Amino acid sequence: MGKVLVVTSGKGGVGKTTSTAALGAALARGGENVVVIDFDVGLRNLDLVMGAERRVVFDLINVVQGDAKLAQALIRDKRIDTLSLLPASQTRDKDALTIEGVDKVIAELREKFDWVICDSPAGIERGALLAMRNADLAVVVTNPEVSSVRDSDRIIGMLDSKTLRAEKGERIDKHLLVTRYDAGRAARNEMLKVEDVLEILSIPLLGIIPESEEVLKASNIGSPVTLNNPNASASRAYFDAARRLKGDKVDVVVPMQRPGLIGRLFGRRVA
Amino acid sequence: MNLLEMFRKKNTAPVARDRLQVMLAHERSVIGKSDLLATLQEEILAVIAKHVTVDRDAVQIKLDRGASFSTLEIDVEVPLDVAKTVRPGDKAGADKAAGVAASA
Repeated sequence: MGKVLVVTSGKGGVGKTTSTAALGAALARGGENVVVIDFDVGLRNLDLVMGAERRVVFDLINVVQGDAKLAQALIRDKRIDTLSLLPASQTRDKDALTIEGVDKVIAELREKFDWVICDSPAGIERGALLAMRNADLAVVVTNPEVSSVRDSDRIIGMLDSKTLRAEKGERIDKHLLVTRYDAGRAARNEMLKVEDVLEILSIPLLGIIPESEEVLKASNIGSPVTLNNPNASASRAYFDAARRLKGDKVDVVVPMQRPGLIGRLFGRRVA
Repeated sequence: MNLLEMFRKKNTAPVARDRLQVMLAHERSVIGKSDLLATLQEEILAVIAKHVTVDRDAVQIKLDRGASFSTLEIDVEVPLDVAKTVRPGDKAGADKAAGVAASA
């Protein structure tokens, strides 16, 4: 029986899809059997970030409505054969997703994969609720910025009340993933520190992903950053986070503050 | 902009933290108010009303989420002249009730 993980945040643009792809690829690289699902019906993007946009034939809604079999809709990654994608529909309405249909698809995926990673749409509406519904654990993606932290707080409250586990009175493991972190700015008191975010949200830390140019480069060419440049600072942080998800004890490395003058002059090129 | 202002403007992160803490304390108390809290508020109010006359708004219940446990805070404002109505032996004149820890 695989684990169901939801990558969520409330706020848009904080890195849910990037993190879904990067963590999914990192887990698959480590030998796990992984499927990533795009729940953002109408605004799908995971296929693009994974570089599979031209291979989409059937999607989540086709499977939910019984128009296609699960095996027909799953797209196996060309780089890692233990990584698969279940894309969202770009044309259909999100109301086409039914609770029963989603539950059935997730149950089927649980049988086949070690990890079922659900990429949640932004917001706190139906799409986000369906994405988190079956989750055993959640990764809450947060930028060190006021609106993102506030929305994450709201999403944490929903994870504790609107998921199947919460309804049954069971715990859902929640993990904080701080993305786009700039240690230099945090040190200069221009950005919330990880400790501040942790204190406010009070859920355990999964990782700190430093701001990195490699993330955009990877999405430009349609590859999870962890595959495109495994040695980039962001990729290393994602690999560590993936190992923590598996239960390994890996110390959290707070990204280093940028070096002094020379670093400042050339710092823009630091990956 | 003078030098002093330049230095003052730099430390924006602590401002962000403080604003978030104040705002989330408020939002959690409003949004997080579940049926359980509403029920508790009603029943606690009923118990207090048996002994003292209190305003409906004088009973505030707040659930604060923590890392390992959550805190249920019950705040009861009791009018000053309560000492006369409280039975002997009871702690008189206490105007605030203490918080009670509840595991979550």
